[in-house]
Amino acid sequence: MSLLSNTGALLGKELRTEFRSRELLMTTVIFILMVIVLFSFTFDPTSAESRKFGAGLLWLAFLFAASLMLQPCFLREQTNDTLSALRLTVRDPFAILLAKLAANTLFLLVTELLMLPVFAILYNVPVVRVFGQLLLVFFLGSLGVSIAGTALSAISAQARMRELLLPVLLLPLLTPVLVASTQVTAGLLDVEPFLQWKGVGFLAVFDVVFLTALWLFGEYLLEE
Amino acid sequence: MKKQVVFAAVVVLLMAAAAYAAFFIAPTDVRQGLIYRIIFLHVPCAETGLVSFFVCFVANVAYVLKRNPQWDWLGVSAAEVGLVFTSACLVTGPIWAKPVWGIWWTWDARLTSTAVLWLLYVAFLMLRTLIEEPDRRALLSALFGIFAFIDVPLVFGSIRWWRTQHPQPVIMGGPGSGLDPLMYKVLFFCWVPMLALMVLLMQSRYQLEAMRGDFAIVRRESEAA
Repeated sequence: MSLLSNTGALLGKELRTEFRSRELLMTTVIFILMVIVLFSFTFDPTSAESRKFGAGLLWLAFLFAASLMLQPCFLREQTNDTLSALRLTVRDPFAILLAKLAANTLFLLVTELLMLPVFAILYNVPVVRVFGQLLLVFFLGSLGVSIAGTALSAISAQARMRELLLPVLLLPLLTPVLVASTQVTAGLLDVEPFLQWKGVGFLAVFDVVFLTALWLFGEYLLEE
Repeated sequence: MKKQVVFAAVVVLLMAAAAYAAFFIAPTDVRQGLIYRIIFLHVPCAETGLVSFFVCFVANVAYVLKRNPQWDWLGVSAAEVGLVFTSACLVTGPIWAKPVWGIWWTWDARLTSTAVLWLLYVAFLMLRTLIEEPDRRALLSALFGIFAFIDVPLVFGSIRWWRTQHPQPVIMGGPGSGLDPLMYKVLFFCWVPMLALMVLLMQSRYQLEAMRGDFAIVRRESEAA
């Protein structure tokens, strides 16, 4: 119970910090917008090509954006050495990681949903009728990205060249999420949309496996 | 030291015997001709690479739990040696693929998983160069190593499900697949010197890392004095 209440309180702190400045959300939204626009006029895809490649481009944009968005996750705490204070306040250090990954999932999901209409317009793909299913894929994909990303952000924050290091560590690790999310999204953007339950299940398995690993080894990530 | 020289000599002899078996004992493939003989280098390299990464994973978990620097030394040695074998596999693969499939590279399960595996362990070694403090470096790289190894079956699963377009695995690929029994024997024989080479390289690399560890302690003490 204390884990959940601690996580709730810390999540509130993460959300308040972000919504006061909205720096992270704004920058990420603009970054994804730029990638989508640049891809669009570099390839100038037809509607059929968009259905085929759009999902991949969209998820690549999300992944690149996430690798930037996750940077400040632990760096913020380092500035005023607040991580030590956080560790002293909670009984289970996993609560810190859980709150951070919940906040990151939420931020990522919000930016993805804000970008979805822009993508639909620029790439001429209808998304309204499959919105519910897309939301499910976005949620499971973003959760996977956030779990792995939060763990690696705690690692990269303690190294030199951390801005470059996080994408180098994170992107190969997220290959399964990229492949599965792209395939499921591509199925939903098809002329006759279909939901690949196999892919949804795979994303759920990825999330569970990495969440378990984070639960088992997470406390070592926060060691002083 | 003397033991290591003897062991190195044994490895060289075993490799020579494996090369002889690969070129002169294994029969020529009916369809692929001579080029298929690269299998006797390619497959043992791939498997030895995986064994090294498994050793690295075990060492990483042991370090996180025990905090004995010897596990860290083993972890980094295994990662580097694994990377050498995986690189050899990634180089010999396209050399074999071009004449047989007509292309250098295809994004199928085994190739892609191996490429991602290679990238993950390059990232592992890169991470180590970017953290100064030895205990912190050991702990954080061990944690990354654990996450990377857990990711490998997921990478393989995802790509095998969605991207596989090419021949079913020949070895352990199910009914209808398979090698000539003599080819199998030669293949397993060729794996032995590779494993021995892995042990030899890992041992040398471990000794180097141990010396570095000792040197760091001596330097710290002399600076403090």
